[in-house]
Amino acid sequence: MIAIIDYDAGNLASVERAVSYLGFKCIVTNDIKTINSSERIIFPGVGAAGAAMNSLKRLGLDSIIKQTVIDGKPILGICLGTQIIMKYSEENETPCLKIIDGSVKAFPPDIKSKDGGRLKIPHMGWNGLENIKKHPVLSDLHEDDEFYFVHGYYPNPNDSEHILGTTDYGISFASVIGFNNIIATQFHPEKSGRPGLSLLKNFCMWNYS
Amino acid sequence: MLSKRIIPCLDVREGRTTKGIRFENNVDIGNPVEMASFYYEAGADELVFYDITASHEKRNIMIDVVRRVAETIFIPFSVGGGIRDVDDMRNVLLAGAEKVSVNSAAVKNHKIISQGAEIFGSQCIVLGMDVKHVGESVKIPSGYEIVINGGRKYMGIDALKWAVEAQKLGAGEICLNSIDADGTQDGYELKLTSLISENVSIPVIASGGAGKPEHLCEVLTKGKADAALIASMVHYGTYTVSEIKTYLDSCGVKIRKSW
Repeated sequence: MIAIIDYDAGNLASVERAVSYLGFKCIVTNDIKTINSSERIIFPGVGAAGAAMNSLKRLGLDSIIKQTVIDGKPILGICLGTQIIMKYSEENETPCLKIIDGSVKAFPPDIKSKDGGRLKIPHMGWNGLENIKKHPVLSDLHEDDEFYFVHGYYPNPNDSEHILGTTDYGISFASVIGFNNIIATQFHPEKSGRPGLSLLKNFCMWNYS
Repeated sequence: MLSKRIIPCLDVREGRTTKGIRFENNVDIGNPVEMASFYYEAGADELVFYDITASHEKRNIMIDVVRRVAETIFIPFSVGGGIRDVDDMRNVLLAGAEKVSVNSAAVKNHKIISQGAEIFGSQCIVLGMDVKHVGESVKIPSGYEIVINGGRKYMGIDALKWAVEAQKLGAGEICLNSIDADGTQDGYELKLTSLISENVSIPVIASGGAGKPEHLCEVLTKGKADAALIASMVHYGTYTVSEIKTYLDSCGVKIRKSW
């Protein structure tokens, strides 16, 4: 069973639908026992960092997620879930879970593309991955594969070892991060068509050891 | 770099996809769930559904369509038409839509945008704008006026002013429909599109007038649009999404090539 962590951070049904479509059993839950007995967890979320951290603490899920990282169970972070695992977020000046060292930064308001064109914020739509590290969850990517992003902030790990892939939006930012049993994407694999489903499937079958 | 999005638009009436010209004379063109699946496989980057069901009693049919679409495709899609309040938004989002689009209701009650953004997040809230060219005046300095009720009622509101206001209220995206161009297949309203897009910081989806791939190229470059809505040109099989993307790629427009 895969536990999809529910902490009042947006509609998680799309993640559930995609995982079920792939033929894996999953449950959207904030129940600590259910999470602890699951085989792996997905930590999604949309919304603001401050409210999300408050919910996690209120539900007692902050320590569960940290413990899961130590226990070695596979964890997939998505979007806000990916930002929350960092040490600190500029959004609402929020101290986060400190699983990965580094901060979550806002895209600069005057951000420009390489040809000098004005870029809009949030970064919304399909974009590619570069500098992809070898990883079982990222193993089936094709060269032109793109993923669906919606975000105004991005994770910025201090240790480049924690960066598993980058994306270009005026700046090159870390769009896939992780280490050991945790992998986290700034984009939404559940909304990213074939490559997204393939990434989710790889996560659901990933035997970290 | 971010790709420009190509977004097929399906008008749904009582559970069936229809298509009209300038919002009139709609004909049945298919099952929306099957069409969604077809466009998903064909490389559409996102889909838009407009519920144009006339009677309130039959609105629930749309929720069922949304639910079945969400089980079938794994790209974002938005649903608009007849969204009047936060409860309508919630129903559509819980059924599986990524975004909800408000149009007439937001013109009449601006708060629906801020309330929706606060509860569901700005990324969920698309402002649909139906716009007609009326010529510049003191009341309408941009020359473009907001109309509602399918293009029948002039609201005396300047389109540019409304776009800027809606962004402040928390809209995450604008779907900009030119009533003058809608269904004509003569090309998008480039001047209107660039005017709005250059004056807001949220993405703008151009809508109305697409007839051939060249039109998309124009609106995504000169028109400064972030995405382009298409309907007739793909619904009748004149072009495929893939053909349109191949053309855009040849013009140097960044598009998603792999799906």
